[in-house]
Amino acid sequence: MSLILTPEEKEMLEGKHGKATRKAMEIITTLGEIYGAKRLIPVASVQIAGVSYHNLGEAGLEYLSEIAEDGRVRVLTTLNPAGMDMLEWKKHGISEDFAMNQERVVEAFERMGVITTCTCTPYLIGNLPHYGEHIAWAESSAVCFANSVIGALTNREGGPSALATALTGKTAEYGFHLEENRVAQVKYDVQAELKDTDDFGLLGQVIGTRTGKTIPYITGVEKASIEELKSFCASVATYGGVAIFHMEGITPNRTPIPDKTEVVTDDDLRAARVELDDEGAKIDFISVGCPHASIKEIAEIARMLDGKKVANGKTVWITTAKPTKDLAVKMGYYDKIENAGAFLVADACCAVAPLKGKFTGLMTDSAKACFYARGKNKFKTEIRTIEQCIKEAIS
Amino acid sequence: MQGRKIFKGKVIGEALVTGDDISFYGGCDPETGEIVEKGHHLEGKSVSGKILVFPSGKGSTVGSYVLYALKKAEKGPLAIVNKVMDPVVAVGCIISEIPAVDQIDIGKIQNGQKIEVDADNGVVTLIEG
Repeated sequence: MSLILTPEEKEMLEGKHGKATRKAMEIITTLGEIYGAKRLIPVASVQIAGVSYHNLGEAGLEYLSEIAEDGRVRVLTTLNPAGMDMLEWKKHGISEDFAMNQERVVEAFERMGVITTCTCTPYLIGNLPHYGEHIAWAESSAVCFANSVIGALTNREGGPSALATALTGKTAEYGFHLEENRVAQVKYDVQAELKDTDDFGLLGQVIGTRTGKTIPYITGVEKASIEELKSFCASVATYGGVAIFHMEGITPNRTPIPDKTEVVTDDDLRAARVELDDEGAKIDFISVGCPHASIKEIAEIARMLDGKKVANGKTVWITTAKPTKDLAVKMGYYDKIENAGAFLVADACCAVAPLKGKFTGLMTDSAKACFYARGKNKFKTEIRTIEQCIKEAIS
Repeated sequence: MQGRKIFKGKVIGEALVTGDDISFYGGCDPETGEIVEKGHHLEGKSVSGKILVFPSGKGSTVGSYVLYALKKAEKGPLAIVNKVMDPVVAVGCIISEIPAVDQIDIGKIQNGQKIEVDADNGVVTLIEG
């Protein structure tokens, strides 16, 4: 065994800190051995995926309940989206059965001491690491954002491995925790106009599809807002499995610049848009907030919906984190959105809610949302700017 | 054959062998153990009670919980033998306490053959030719 453990870590493995901690340490050390780690390192925070009952099922819930018997988290830990708004699920058409099971999942996490606000953008609601800090996050879009935009260090954890790190406070030192594995490998020169979040999603789709897991160094992007970066992160991680990228003048990590260069043009973005625009899509569902909408996005949407009405036969979900929704209530944005007949949905999103069969055509600004809507829910999709999505909703 | 221990345990059983990678989430029914992935070499076959021999895992991390579900329903594989262990399968074996070994030349194992998996020592032995 090449992995060297501290006395405390050995105690955890021997079960001296309880059953759940022992199992968690078995997971951490086994992954460490598989990947040739030499030691474990402490992490500052954890983001857990595998929260929606829709994905977890009874088996996942059973496992979490077993862990919750004596497992308690040792670091700041937040949760990925659930399958529903934990308070307002009824009016969104979620069944009683599903709601009961989803509540049992969140309660199990609560018993472990997890902060049970459910969001894919933990960095917007208080789980914000700093540059150079080691963390263990699941949720591919947040992993990509944390590694690239913030400059924290995390692997692409899965639900169970992130939970194991939460219970022990440790992760094995391999992969993206090591500087040598974070170096750019291919340069992408962007010679295309990027105006909105949907364009950044399409850029993520183009680069993600081409690069796979190869680390991109991106030039030619003059400026990008946090909202545009979260859209890009979600897309490039979905279409390519990218855990880290470098964007010249925008992201903070230092890296040698690769020689190998590829060009991304307006034509490439147009082709990506054509790819996501299904022929004959009849739009009955409009969703913005993949990844979860920021307060800035919600303010803009509230302004667009103020005094308007969502058209008959259309359902609108603006998805966000609960603390952001609370702020939207305080600012009057919630009323403007809901009075128009749209829903401001906390905790959930259109990718993990049980929506199959409920709609046929999705319009969204998110390339990632298109991916899951088509694959899991068999919806047809169209990708547009947020403004065009809202126009479609009230037309 | 000498491999590497992933999770402890020692069992003897019949090998169910495939050259295709397995995604437990979406690819295997958590209640029956049947492989349901369209076009998979083992489609329609059940992993239940078998020593499951395959190159590597693939797919969503929720797959770990499917192995746990199979074990709870007493439909789990007796043991898992891989060429290259994927973290989703590794975590699944740990949480469901299924003996597992990797770094095995799985091409040498015949489908239906009786084999012994001594995961404690990372050894797989062919009992019948």
